[in-house]
Amino acid sequence: MTTLAERTTGRAVIAARPGQQRARRRRLLVVFGMLLPALLGLAVFFVYPLLASIFFSLTRYDGLSDPQWIGLRNYQYLFTEDPNVWVAAGNTLWFVVIMVPVKLAFAFAVAGLLTRARRSSGVWRTLFYLPALVPPVASVVAFVFLFNPGTGPINLILSFFGVKQGPLWFNDPNLSKPSLLLLAVWVMGDVMIIFLAGLLDVPRELYEASSLDGANGPQKLRYVTFPAMIPVLIFSLVTGVIAALQYFTEAAVASTVALGKASVGEGIGATLGYPDNSLLTYTEWLYVRGFSNFQFGYASALAVLLFIVAAAFLVLFLRKVKAFMPEEATS
Amino acid sequence: MTSLPLRQVVATTAVVARAPRRRGRRPLAWVAEHVVLVALAILFISPIVFVFLTSVMTSNQTLSATLWPDPWTWNNYVEAFQRVPLARWFGNSAIYATSATLLMLLSSIPAAYVLARIKFRGANVIFVAIIIAMLLPPQVTAVPVYLMWSKLGLTGTLLPLILPNALGDAFSIFLLRQFFLTIPKEYADAGRIDGNGEWGVLVRVILPMAKPGIAATAIFMFFNSWNDYYGPLLYTSENPQWWPVAYGLATFRGIHGTDWGLTMAITMLVMVPVVLIFFFAQKIFVEGITLTGVKG
Repeated sequence: MTTLAERTTGRAVIAARPGQQRARRRRLLVVFGMLLPALLGLAVFFVYPLLASIFFSLTRYDGLSDPQWIGLRNYQYLFTEDPNVWVAAGNTLWFVVIMVPVKLAFAFAVAGLLTRARRSSGVWRTLFYLPALVPPVASVVAFVFLFNPGTGPINLILSFFGVKQGPLWFNDPNLSKPSLLLLAVWVMGDVMIIFLAGLLDVPRELYEASSLDGANGPQKLRYVTFPAMIPVLIFSLVTGVIAALQYFTEAAVASTVALGKASVGEGIGATLGYPDNSLLTYTEWLYVRGFSNFQFGYASALAVLLFIVAAAFLVLFLRKVKAFMPEEATS
Repeated sequence: MTSLPLRQVVATTAVVARAPRRRGRRPLAWVAEHVVLVALAILFISPIVFVFLTSVMTSNQTLSATLWPDPWTWNNYVEAFQRVPLARWFGNSAIYATSATLLMLLSSIPAAYVLARIKFRGANVIFVAIIIAMLLPPQVTAVPVYLMWSKLGLTGTLLPLILPNALGDAFSIFLLRQFFLTIPKEYADAGRIDGNGEWGVLVRVILPMAKPGIAATAIFMFFNSWNDYYGPLLYTSENPQWWPVAYGLATFRGIHGTDWGLTMAITMLVMVPVVLIFFFAQKIFVEGITLTGVKG
């Protein structure tokens, strides 16, 4: 039997003399003190708000008067009456199901190309990584400008090739999401670097052995590269999906900049989703209901649903990412 | 209130410092691959080039069908500081990013050390809680947290974005712990035998060895605060006095519709510091290469 104090020493305890007992207890206090701010942080900014969200979601609450208990009414409204929640959920789903895989596939292809660039591979790497460093707001503003229908360079270049009426891009409800997809591909550098590191880690002997067995290019990709890359692919998929579930900044900024007019006094709630709710994501809708309309009870119901979806996804995949598992602490 | 920066970290730290393997290759394939690479590279660089070119155009040119500025004018960069309180925005961003980073280091380094190097009952529970706190979308907890700051009368300032870092940042704790795990535990044991308490071990033994990891974590915290849009939208949108530059850029409009020349000048100004820091700090990232364990 080891006592708590013995365990905190981080190594085997030889003997327990009375004087050491007290020293150990003091050491335990020191360790607890080191952890205390983080524990308070978890309690105040994670556990409490999670529980409070669940409670608020069962109330009507404007933040001024006390929350009124209304049972499951918010959820009933969410699933049967809310005019926009399914549009918003659908848009977010689009980013999860289309944007994430396309970005990963593109990053994988570029990383594959870079493993073949013999000389100056560092220069290529930096070059393709650079857009990922640009602050997201700046890159969105830049893309809305590049693709703006009036004087944007993209449509000007298209007109040189004879396209007189270029697409409306961020101002066209059918093209606004694909336009953001292009942005996502442009900033794929972070994923690409991870893939590149993974690809360079695949043991070269495996390729040589498969060559001897007569495998061709696609077969090597299927039977050597993919199996070796699975941890890296899963890591990128998990973080990509989690990021897409909370997709907010890019969509919100694209809407406000593409709309282009000063929206003084209306607040951002009036512009989110432009054009035509095509960019209204789930977290934007949560923002509108909670922080523009001050329906904190209903916004909490939306938050609880988001929590359930994200948690379910994490339960499925978290165990597969080694770095997220505590057992590593013993290594 | 940052979106998940994990991939960015892994990526930058894994900026692999070694040459890819050499393979025998037919010249034709080499040419084909490099044609694709060069074409892609032009596509990837062109957005920044167009942003820059537009930022040095007069507003008449930005409204015409020209891609090349004639004449070049730096006027937009001057005017940007006159039309919007750009200096104040940058100042606010600097206050936000610097104080958030310092508080994060003070609170998260000891916690990460305990989680990496000291075994105790409940350590795994705390670690998993930190991982979940790191991965869950911030919007899940946004309402009660916002109401809390609102009751304290601190909305309309940057304090709700800065102060939580005094109570540890889940992502930074995770990252620092990964770094500390790479330091063999014999060093900590030796420090204890020399008569150090845990603080002594941390300050005298671990910190000097973990400098690259701490620097990388600090830089990522700085970047993420600098780039943050959601947090400032939530807490400072009502009070322009505290707008950081990323938020200010998103709200910028010309008087008559969008003035692209001016907007692109501000966009360049927002972009440049981050890119410069990256190039100066690249060595730090490369030194801290081994950390996250994604390579399994």
